[in-house]
Amino acid sequence: MTFILEKAEKEMRQAYAETIYHLAKQDPDVIVMEADLSSAMSTGSLKDKLPNQYVNIGIMEANMMSLAAGLNVTGRKPFIHSFGQFLTRRAFDQLFVSLAYAQLSAVLVGSDAGVTAEHNGGTHMTFEDMGLMRLVPKAHVYEASDPTQLAYLLEKGYKEGGVHYIRTIRKSPVKLYDEQTNFEKAQVLREGTDVTLVASGMMVAEALKAADLLAKEGIEAEVIDMFYIKPLDSETLLRSVRKTGKVVTAENHNVISGLGSAVSECLAENYPAPVRRVGVREQFGQVGVTPYLQEFYGLTAENIAKEAGNLVNK
Amino acid sequence: MLSTKLATAAKQIRYYTLKELRELGFGHFGGSLSIVEALAVIYGKHLNIDAQWANDPNRGYFVLSKGHGGPALYATLFLKGFYSEDVLYTLNQNGTTLPSHPDRNLTPGVEMTCGSLGQGISAATGIAYGNKLAGRNNYTYCIVGDGELNEGQCWEAFQFASHHKLENLIVLIDDNKKQLDGPTKEIIDPLDFVEKLTAFGFDTVKVDGSSVDAIDKAIENAKENNGKPQAIVLDTIKGQGVKYIEEKADNHHMRPNEEDWKAINQAIEELEKELEGVLTV
Repeated sequence: MTFILEKAEKEMRQAYAETIYHLAKQDPDVIVMEADLSSAMSTGSLKDKLPNQYVNIGIMEANMMSLAAGLNVTGRKPFIHSFGQFLTRRAFDQLFVSLAYAQLSAVLVGSDAGVTAEHNGGTHMTFEDMGLMRLVPKAHVYEASDPTQLAYLLEKGYKEGGVHYIRTIRKSPVKLYDEQTNFEKAQVLREGTDVTLVASGMMVAEALKAADLLAKEGIEAEVIDMFYIKPLDSETLLRSVRKTGKVVTAENHNVISGLGSAVSECLAENYPAPVRRVGVREQFGQVGVTPYLQEFYGLTAENIAKEAGNLVNK
Repeated sequence: MLSTKLATAAKQIRYYTLKELRELGFGHFGGSLSIVEALAVIYGKHLNIDAQWANDPNRGYFVLSKGHGGPALYATLFLKGFYSEDVLYTLNQNGTTLPSHPDRNLTPGVEMTCGSLGQGISAATGIAYGNKLAGRNNYTYCIVGDGELNEGQCWEAFQFASHHKLENLIVLIDDNKKQLDGPTKEIIDPLDFVEKLTAFGFDTVKVDGSSVDAIDKAIENAKENNGKPQAIVLDTIKGQGVKYIEEKADNHHMRPNEEDWKAINQAIEELEKELEGVLTV
């Protein structure tokens, strides 16, 4: 089965703005919080459409986290957006203590995932956000790959309460899903018997392309969109690895602490199998366009296929 | 007379704070004692809260942003009927519901988890904002430490409170002039809190933080809504109300020696005498 990769009709930020608008209309307790990145995230129009349910804090992410905690004490349900590194690296103690440790609720959306921060460069490029969030007890961590999936995760976080971190790119991903998709589990997008490719976010498309490359060499790869980073969907992962016995992970993130770590930890404890991790290794971000940066950090279909081929032919 | 009632409340809070810390054997004496009068006025008159309607959304809210003052807050909440005296003496013991820094999930009556400095004032601002959005006619009180105001986050919260005209937020600054490592002026000079808070858009007054009357009057004035958040700088002494501790240079966190205990025990006995007939909990 070959996936035809087309751009989604909707940018991730449009899906974000539309979904939270829809939820806010249904529930007057929803409050949308931005720290001066509204225009970057298409939420600017919500200011007028949602009086009393939208607040632009100004450039103060630390204050935004603790303030959201206070709002939640009074019954408000915050959706908080900023670039990923400002939510996690910059305001980590605030989200850890004021929200998570205090057992309060907020849905946090960290945008401009990894290399997609492009020309904002190394200061703005986070390869650590999923790792930091995985360390927060009871926090849910996801990386969205598609607008329909993002909408589902936003609503899920809002309904469940607690701290939910959703990592996403801002602009157009490939279209992977239709409205009817059941997102309760990680998605097996392609079935195969020789190796399992586990990817999240923008790397799902690369994994699908890698599977096509591998097929030409006679290697049948199974591809999983593992958007459930924590808790990891270990059931879907283990079912696949029991069949293939080999794994390559692919993430637009540091290989330490992110998807590759989560998958390795799960396998080490439940079903030891060889793993190769495609991702960023001991490097900081830099300016550049996404394709250039993907090449630089090895976040490509070719690199995934190479790692998988080496593993299968070992 | 109200001021007598509040002055007695302060003595009660001080008495139980000292007994609580004595039971533990060490702790944040200085910064707990300096907020006793403020707690007496807030809980004794203004907050309109007790254990019976602790979940009423229209209640007043109190946040102790300088979380290390927890022992004084715990003594106050005990006196308000949130738990029994034996609970009070479990401060910081293994498995306690009274950790040194307040935890909203452990201690009945604690609204917000604080201890990582600067975060409580942001949370209190969020509470005041949430209540304002909900059209509730209540107040949020927050005590911040003078040392705590080193944290930039406090000033972020002040900007937000001012911009959103949170006249339902009353910030009390415990200006006891000392932080953990010494005098605030020597560590990082706070300059003039009244000038700074005024510049940030607050209505600000400075009062004698050891006078329940002065604090009460300042809070009454603060409630005359004028579209601005309110700040009250409490001119206090670290270790307030126990002369021996007031005079000790290093009184932020004390592990009292024999001589210290003698003085602390004496202070407890004196308070007990003054409160004869009142301590009938």
